[in-house]
Amino acid sequence: MNDDVLIRVENLQKYFGEQKALDGVDAEIRKGDVAVVIGPSGSGKSTFLRCLNLLEVPTGGKVFFENVDITNPKVDINKHRQKMGMVFQQFNLFPHMTVLDNMILGPVKLLKLPKEKAIDNARVLLERVGLADRKDAYPSQLSGGQKQRIAIVRALCMEPDVMLFDEPTSALDPEMVGEVLDVMRNLAQSGITMVVVTHEMGFAREVGTRAIFMDEGKIIEENTPKELFNNPKSPRLHSFLAKVL
Amino acid sequence: MADWIEQLKLNFIDWFELIQAKFINNFITDNRWKYLWDGLGVTIKVTFFAVLIGIVLGFTIALIRSTHDKTGKLKFLNWFSQVYLTVIRGTPVVVQLLIIYFVIFASVNINKVVAAIIAFGINSGAYVAEIVRSGIMSVDEGQTEAGRSLGFTYAQTMWYIVIPQAFKNVLPALANEFIVLLKETSVSGYIALQDLTKGGDIIRGRTYDALMPLLAVALIYLIMVVFLTKGVTIMERRLRNSER
Repeated sequence: MNDDVLIRVENLQKYFGEQKALDGVDAEIRKGDVAVVIGPSGSGKSTFLRCLNLLEVPTGGKVFFENVDITNPKVDINKHRQKMGMVFQQFNLFPHMTVLDNMILGPVKLLKLPKEKAIDNARVLLERVGLADRKDAYPSQLSGGQKQRIAIVRALCMEPDVMLFDEPTSALDPEMVGEVLDVMRNLAQSGITMVVVTHEMGFAREVGTRAIFMDEGKIIEENTPKELFNNPKSPRLHSFLAKVL
Repeated sequence: MADWIEQLKLNFIDWFELIQAKFINNFITDNRWKYLWDGLGVTIKVTFFAVLIGIVLGFTIALIRSTHDKTGKLKFLNWFSQVYLTVIRGTPVVVQLLIIYFVIFASVNINKVVAAIIAFGINSGAYVAEIVRSGIMSVDEGQTEAGRSLGFTYAQTMWYIVIPQAFKNVLPALANEFIVLLKETSVSGYIALQDLTKGGDIIRGRTYDALMPLLAVALIYLIMVVFLTKGVTIMERRLRNSER
C-alpha cells in the first residue's frame, strides 16, 4: 500500500435496520489532503465520516487507517481513535468541565502527559484560536462559535494525524460561521489531514484539496474542488450544485 | 365576670399541671427519654449504613443496566438486575425486612441492627438504581461519542464524562430517596429492633399514654426531615449556580 495513504475505505456498507445508508463506498484519504465531502442531506456523508473512526460500526467493508484494518474486531480501536480527532455538529463539549479541563482530559488520561505540559499545549492552541482568556469558562458561558473553536482545539490537543469534521458549522448562527471556518482554514494551511463534511460550498471550494460528492450512499464524483464545482460530470451533481450555489 | 376569668385561670393551671405530670411520667420517670434517645441513635445508624449500601448497590445495578441498554452486553447481569428490581420494588419493605431477619438469617444469630441495615440497604439500592439509570440515560449521546472519539474506552467515558454529569442531574432525587429511607426505617420494630418509633411505642406501653410519646416521635422525624430537605434545597441551588 502506498505510504501516502492515511485512510483507505473498501466497499464500505452501512445499514440502519432496512435502511441503506452506505452502499459500497471506496475512497482514499492521503496525507495532507483536505477532503471535503458534499451532498444532499441523507446522502450518507455523515455516516461515511462516522465510519472512519468507527463511531458507526460498518455493516460491511473495511477501513484501513495508517495501514491497519480498524474494522477488525481484534484491533484496539481506542488506540487508533487517539490519532483521529473529531469535531461534531453539536460541539459536544463536556459541560461539567472548564474549557481547559475539556482540553487536557484526553492528553492527561490517555497520552499520560504531565498536567503542566498538557496545559502549556492547550494554552498555545487557545492562543491560536483567540480564546486564551476563556480557559476557565464553562461551555455554557460560551457562544456557539466559541464552543466549536474549543471543540476543534480539544481534538487538536491529542495531536491527531487526521481531523474529521461532521458539519461543524451547521448548528451555528450565521454570524458565527465565519470564525469557525477561519480556524479550519488556518488548520488546513498548517498541513494537517482533514476530512470535512460540510454544506459550506464556498469553504469547500476554497480550502479543499479534494472534493467528494455523495448521493444515496455512494460516491458519485470525486475531483479537485475547482473541477467538481465548475465542471460537474454527473447529472445528480449538476442538479445538486444548481440548488445550493 | 371576674369569677369567670378566675375559673378559666384555674382550669388553665389544672391543664398545665396535667401536661406537666404527663410529660414527667412519659419522659422523665425511669429515664424514659432514653428510649427515644437510644432509638434515635439506632434509626440514624440504620439509615446511614443503608444509604451507603444503597448507593453502592444502586450505582452498580444502574451501570449494568445502562451498559446493557447502550451496548447490548452483560446480558446475564442485566437479567439478574431486572429480577432484583422487580422483586424489591414489587414487595413491601416490611415483608423484605421480616424475610431477611426471620428467614435468611434465621439460623445465624445476627444483630438486629445489621439485619435492618442489610434489608433497608438492599431495598434502597433498587430505587437508587433506577434514579441513577435515568440520570445516565439523560446525558446526551453526543457526550459519549465525544469521549469515545478522543480514544477513551467505554468505561473511561462513563467514569470521566457521563457519570459526573448523571450524578449532578440526579443528586436532588437521590437525596429525597434517602429522606424517604429515613422514614421507612420506622418499621424496624417488626423485628423488635428498638429504633425511634419503637422507643416511643415502648413508652406508650409503659405509661398507657399514646399522645405524648407518639407526638414526640413524630416531631423528631419531622425536625430531621425538615433539616434534610433544607439541605437538599441548598444543594440544588448550588448545583444550578455552578457552571453559570
